[in-house]
Amino acid sequence: MPEYTLKVRRYQPESGQPAYWQEFKVDLDPDLSVLDGLLQVRDRQDGSLVVRCSCRAAICGSCGTKINGQSTLACKTQIGEAHERANRRSAAGIAGSDGGESAIVVEPMANMPVVKDLVTDMESTHWAKIRRVTPWLIPEGDPPEREYVVPPESMIDVTQSVSCIQCGACVSSCLSMEADPEFIGPAALAKAYRFVGDPRDAQTRQRLYDLAQDPHGIYDCTHCFSCIDACPKDVAPMDQIMRLRRIATRDHGITDINNGHRHEAAFTKIIQKKGTLDESLLLQESYAQGIAGKLKPSMGAIAGLVGSIPTAVRGVRTGKMRSLTKLIPGVHKKLPGDAQEHVQRVYEHAEEHREELNLYIAGEEEIAPEPDEEEAATPEAEVEPEPDEVGER
Amino acid sequence: MPSGERAKHDVLVIGAGLAGQRAALAAAEEGVSVGIISKVHPVRSHSNAAQGGINAALQEGDSWESHAFDTVKGSDYLGDQDAIEIMCREAPEEILHLEHLGVTFHRNEEGRLGTRAFGGASQARTYYVADITGQAIMHVLYEQLMKHSALVARYEEYFTTGLVLDDDGNCAGAVVRNVADGEMELFEAKSVIVATGGNGQVWQPTTNALICTGDGIAMAYRVGAPLMDMEMIQYHPTTLAKKGFLITEGARGEGAHLLNAGGDRFMENYAPNKMELASRDVVCRAEQTEINEGRGYPDGTVALDITVVPRKRIHEALREIVLVGRDFAGVDITREPIRIKPGNHYTMGGVKTDVNGATSIPGLYAAGEVACVSVHGGNRLGANSLLDTLIFGRRAGKDGAKRAKQINTGAPSRAALSDAEGEVVELVGRERDGRRVSELRRELGEAMDRHVAVFRDREGIEQALEIVKRLQEEFPKAHIDDRGAVFNQDVLGAIELGFMLDCAECTCVAALHRTESRGAQFRTDFGERNDDEWLKHIDLTRDTEGPEITYSPVTITQWQPAERTY
Repeated sequence: MPEYTLKVRRYQPESGQPAYWQEFKVDLDPDLSVLDGLLQVRDRQDGSLVVRCSCRAAICGSCGTKINGQSTLACKTQIGEAHERANRRSAAGIAGSDGGESAIVVEPMANMPVVKDLVTDMESTHWAKIRRVTPWLIPEGDPPEREYVVPPESMIDVTQSVSCIQCGACVSSCLSMEADPEFIGPAALAKAYRFVGDPRDAQTRQRLYDLAQDPHGIYDCTHCFSCIDACPKDVAPMDQIMRLRRIATRDHGITDINNGHRHEAAFTKIIQKKGTLDESLLLQESYAQGIAGKLKPSMGAIAGLVGSIPTAVRGVRTGKMRSLTKLIPGVHKKLPGDAQEHVQRVYEHAEEHREELNLYIAGEEEIAPEPDEEEAATPEAEVEPEPDEVGER
Repeated sequence: MPSGERAKHDVLVIGAGLAGQRAALAAAEEGVSVGIISKVHPVRSHSNAAQGGINAALQEGDSWESHAFDTVKGSDYLGDQDAIEIMCREAPEEILHLEHLGVTFHRNEEGRLGTRAFGGASQARTYYVADITGQAIMHVLYEQLMKHSALVARYEEYFTTGLVLDDDGNCAGAVVRNVADGEMELFEAKSVIVATGGNGQVWQPTTNALICTGDGIAMAYRVGAPLMDMEMIQYHPTTLAKKGFLITEGARGEGAHLLNAGGDRFMENYAPNKMELASRDVVCRAEQTEINEGRGYPDGTVALDITVVPRKRIHEALREIVLVGRDFAGVDITREPIRIKPGNHYTMGGVKTDVNGATSIPGLYAAGEVACVSVHGGNRLGANSLLDTLIFGRRAGKDGAKRAKQINTGAPSRAALSDAEGEVVELVGRERDGRRVSELRRELGEAMDRHVAVFRDREGIEQALEIVKRLQEEFPKAHIDDRGAVFNQDVLGAIELGFMLDCAECTCVAALHRTESRGAQFRTDFGERNDDEWLKHIDLTRDTEGPEITYSPVTITQWQPAERTY
């Protein structure tokens, strides 16, 4: 049986010592999980190593951890694959990896306080956020005598967010939450979509309004895709957040005080026009739309623009905005050849197919796509591809 | 946590899966104060694992009598028919209640509740949410607990070590350890509802979660409540070979085939009418026979072929199984068959209760898999377990609340608390010269799976019982590593092993005693059902020398025992 090394982040609060790393050798088949490895440590070497776990089958959501830097479920991560990943990270010299030793690095989830070893305090973070979205169905009036009659696809549509097992992997991976700990976050917003997408709920507009106006709400997400990568149940929390935004603006006309909606609209418009992001236009377009907005900016727009200066300066100083000339209007480079037309076509396609259902029923075609296509299809969700092309995520 | 006020409730529910959460909500509706304790966060409970659905005769053309008859026949006539009638009659209302609370049940084209077929059922009457039905319902109940947090106090990650009686023999509370800081305290209540699930971890492998260690069964047994039908342990026909993970019966409900290594659809030879959708005990024996007689694969499996189900339907209705196949077996079930075998799955027996969940100890109730009403008898039908948890959870919650309004229980003695604290101190400080708790646990699991499984005989059961008794003797010397108070899982694991050993002993004793084959109890040395002698339940009550055996009659209302074919 192959031998693997688990390098585990330990923290024993009663010891008075800070957290430390400890390595354990385990023997098990490569198709068993990292959780199986941890349980072997607990059973044979050190019973004081703690990790929440129950089902071992990615159903209960207990064993959220970070493995080789990736937030995931320990039970769902095969130890052989984790080992290979550890090797690749070592080879690439990634900080925190083990520089040639190829130990599998196991840590508690991020964005939450650690209680002991791999156990985090989910109550004060994850669950407190879940409770912020009023997480129960609020129908209008008394229930009918029989069931509510609703379109069958609406129930299938919310099944993707209903599949969430509250493991916290997305919360752990969320980069926005790292910057803003108050961000409601991917899990709670996916939960919110579960009610917004449910035709039985009577508070759709109020829910969306609250989530849009909240400075830590739907516009706090930065589209980084980390939560989609981390989610062990293919809930794709970011997609749910984007759905919330679309329904809030297109169906309910909600314009938020955080300028999130206008910022997004500006982003979309600039890329549609220029193919890539012309940063010189982004701020002005976000705050003062169109020629009218620029000729006669509102007080809010001026305040917003002025307020953004420190961020812009920081962007330049930290190298995020690499060239100052980019701020000069008109300097922005055009896309080569007919690339701009391709971008245009993506927009047209998205407009035509905007009635998006969730990904997993979108992948219902009978002809099996090639495996490569399936892999490639996932990120395209962002541009709302035709259902047939989505594959089976 | 300061002891006193916060730990006193009219109704205390132990366990927060479907039965426990349903009981807590039902009790709260009656206007009493309710506390619900769970050793894991409620949404981690094992009700999550119920994939396929929940049965109810709700459609036009179906009837509760038909559902009840299927259940009685499925139970091999060991189920109590009065309880089965109640369950099947109340099922439609419960489904509608869940739907109104927000469960996203599958709809048919008219937008009304739609069904799928399931094993042992004469009609398609299983309501479902893809193949995550248990999870979907449980998360909705937890939403309701959050909504009603003013009425129901939640104690999440609190481990119950024992039940406590008052001087008059009423159940009056429980000793509980806060997992986060190791504090032990006495919770007081007028009614205590145990809803801690089954004891699948007694077997290795099992479909059951690591938390399914028979806590409530053992705790009730230790305070004198009789256990019933403990020999009836269900093996599930489709579990993954290595780890024992579950592949839902919904797969067969959607049309999947069982094939032996030669590619034959072998159920033709065992259940020509219902084929793959015969009762679970029947399908398990068929598979095990194929495997034992050399028609399985070398790894002791047969194949489940889901590729015959349309791809679209698989993705829509068997989403979880696609993931399980991909993540845990490396198989794309939409394209190739997956290897499966019978695996430990469900505890039909448990704490003996009446139809309101009441045990013979006043103030002590049990509901869900921990309990034995008995609606499942010798074999549970698929999609009846969720129903059992909800119907009898609700009834226990309601009756427990009613009792709490009527009576005054004496205060439980605090000696129970200091005894329990003393036991933990002793355990933590124990010399490390014996074996580890985990080693005993593994030996127990392997012995039970070898000897008390699909096919049993006297010799095997006796061997298992001998091992259990040896482990019971060794148990007080087995050691753990963690000596801390904060999140000490080692201590909990040791206490759980104690519970499991009690459960295992009872199962062995009852299996040995029932010298016939009925439902999940198939004795190769007594191959026939014997109604003349054995149309009765085996009850076990704790005595100094182990379980004392008595019998109780099977309640028959309208269905006389008949030959059982599928």
